[in-house]
Amino acid sequence: MESKLNLNFDLVEQARNHASKVADDTQRFIDRHTTVAVERTVCRLLGIDGVNSFEVPLPNVVVEHLTAKGALGQGVTFWIGNAMVETGKSTQEIAEAVADGSLDLTTLPTHSDAEIDKAIEPVVQESLKKIAARRNRREELLAKYGDKEGPWIYLIVATGNIYEDIVQATAAARQGADVIAVIRTTGQSLLDYVPYGATTEGFGGTYATQENFRLMRDALDKVGEELGHYIRLCNYCSGLCMPEIAAMGAFEGLDVMLNDALYGILFRDINMQRTLVDQSFSRAINAYAGVVINTGEDNYLTTADAVEEAHTVLASQFLNEAFALRAGLPEEQMGLGHAFEIDPDVENGFLYELAQAEMAREIFPKAPLKYMPPTKFMTGNIFRGHVQDALFNIVTILTDQKIHLLGMMTEAIHTPFLSDRFLAIQNAQYIFRTMKDLGSEIVFKEGGIMQTRANEVLTKATNLLGDIEQLGIFETLEKGIFADIKRPRDGGKGLDGVFQKAPGYRNPFMEPMMKGGASK
Amino acid sequence: MSSGLYQIRDKDLDTTLDLTKLRPYGDTMNDGKVQMSFTLPVKDDAKGQAAAVQMAQKMGIADPNVALHQKLDETFTFYVVYGAVTHSVNYNEIEVLTVADEAMEMEETNEYIREHIGRKIVVVGASTGTDAHTVGIDAIMNRKGFAGHYGLERYEMIEAYNLGSQVPNEEFLQKCQELHADVALISQTVTQKDVHIKNMTEFIELAEAEGVRDKMILCCGGARITHALAKELGFDAGFGAGTYAGDVITFAVKEMARRMGKE
Repeated sequence: MESKLNLNFDLVEQARNHASKVADDTQRFIDRHTTVAVERTVCRLLGIDGVNSFEVPLPNVVVEHLTAKGALGQGVTFWIGNAMVETGKSTQEIAEAVADGSLDLTTLPTHSDAEIDKAIEPVVQESLKKIAARRNRREELLAKYGDKEGPWIYLIVATGNIYEDIVQATAAARQGADVIAVIRTTGQSLLDYVPYGATTEGFGGTYATQENFRLMRDALDKVGEELGHYIRLCNYCSGLCMPEIAAMGAFEGLDVMLNDALYGILFRDINMQRTLVDQSFSRAINAYAGVVINTGEDNYLTTADAVEEAHTVLASQFLNEAFALRAGLPEEQMGLGHAFEIDPDVENGFLYELAQAEMAREIFPKAPLKYMPPTKFMTGNIFRGHVQDALFNIVTILTDQKIHLLGMMTEAIHTPFLSDRFLAIQNAQYIFRTMKDLGSEIVFKEGGIMQTRANEVLTKATNLLGDIEQLGIFETLEKGIFADIKRPRDGGKGLDGVFQKAPGYRNPFMEPMMKGGASK
Repeated sequence: MSSGLYQIRDKDLDTTLDLTKLRPYGDTMNDGKVQMSFTLPVKDDAKGQAAAVQMAQKMGIADPNVALHQKLDETFTFYVVYGAVTHSVNYNEIEVLTVADEAMEMEETNEYIREHIGRKIVVVGASTGTDAHTVGIDAIMNRKGFAGHYGLERYEMIEAYNLGSQVPNEEFLQKCQELHADVALISQTVTQKDVHIKNMTEFIELAEAEGVRDKMILCCGGARITHALAKELGFDAGFGAGTYAGDVITFAVKEMARRMGKE
């Protein structure tokens, strides 16, 4: 691809090298640790589901049991596998026995590694097959209906009630949505468990539960069949249950997951050690399930200035890319994030937005970039808001952004009305139609405002990544380099759920999943 | 002929402004013209349009004109309606609760603190409860501020602590006491199902139970917060959309001075 921005690709390579070294350095830390969330995920992948009489999910019961015995460092696979050899019971039966107090996993006689592996292997294979089948089903439907060319129109539903969400999502699909995201209820990211069953109560969103995933998938499949169009489903693989939600999504056929390496640390004050370990496994699962991840760089610009801090977005995209590659996630599944958040009062602000979006496109040519609409400068003036959203739509069609989160003119007022969504879709479809090939018709002026801007941002991002390579990711986060937010290494939520791996530790899913491409 | 087609004004309209009978202004005084839009859960046909007209009439709109009827889904139709309001309000009788202090500039505020309080003041802020949004508290506190208004972290005479988001009320109150806060700022962005009201009420109750309610100036802010709501919930002041660090801190330091009798 010819660079419209005349980007210095030597700098791009240099930036990638820095990011790669940061990720390698961090990966050494990740490889030595596991977390309660990773182990609960292994439980789920081993077929353990349901809740005890106090509504505590059985994966939590098993992990808490092992934590209390100081035995989690070996990982649940070892203990569950050992119990399978000893008792001949299924993983679910073993979890139920732990829940009713009739079984202590740590006092059983210890069997050999070979016996444990042999007992576990069929369960692992069954789980992998189940996820691969889900992935194949998506690919078959996409082949049958044909995939959407151009930007995917991404819409949000957020009623708090999964059944009401389904009504809204179905209407949105009929109006032209390509991706439906079910916003999570406020505060779910800080729950150290995943609620169970269908839910009808939530604040500003709906609980992510496996049953809710299933219900929405089913509804979208129905309306998709009616429309002859595959509707993608998106949820949030973030917070304290990152990998668990990835596993649930993999089982239920989700297509897109918000899944950032650093977001939880910065914006939810989750401990950095915890998140870095959790993101690695969650991304391996997403890789295997063929899920497109969305990273959260757009959020930086809601707290930091979009003109001054644009280079931190680019630097973080390089880091997210490097971390994701280490978990086996291919570029085609990396929905790297950015946003249209420059103050409307800035002169030539649109030129900067366009330059930055084009820059992201050229630097990450295979990534289905996620582009977020204006939110910070949406004021309640819905009429100006509709214009801001129109400008945002123009950038998307000119620079081939892929996952296009539709802006709503009533942003900052309420969760969208049915009509808000309609007007937003109409706005986007009009612009996408009337400007379809404009991007390939225009070139940017040599040495002009846009070329200068993009190269300036690239240079600053490369320098920043050089500094981060020197500091390491932990110190970088401690210094508040991203989003102006400082986080201590031992601070934040969830640190008590991080454990050093003990000798004999195994996670039988990590390796096959990291190979990605379930159908390959 | 244009006048005939587009002349929809009442010919007998009295066009003198009377504040005791205030009505919306379209293009002529007292014409009462309004625009509105809504969705009805019915299919898009003549009956649906008639329903939209009746709906508008029941809202007190004379001569409603359905400018747009747009099918959203099989059984949902969106209407844009214009018309003239038949009601009026007496503007002269209205009393509202507002923060009376005129916002001072940053340097003016620093000077005011030096002169009237004589020491640096401590301001602690957070987005509390389950609210994960920091946009509001950051706009007030972050050094660079928002829309050209510097945040409190930049003020020389203020020690500002931004505790971020999702801070439980207990923890926030405890932190305020540890830091000897003079001013506590609570930001609430999520307001679905009035979760912000429950959360802020809980904070006031907690502060009262701990006997620290009157030891600090308590302010809240957010797009859906008004001064009247804040007062009703027991805060000293509330700041809604379009207010900045200057508005908040001017009220807080003047209120401190008032309480110290040093205004």
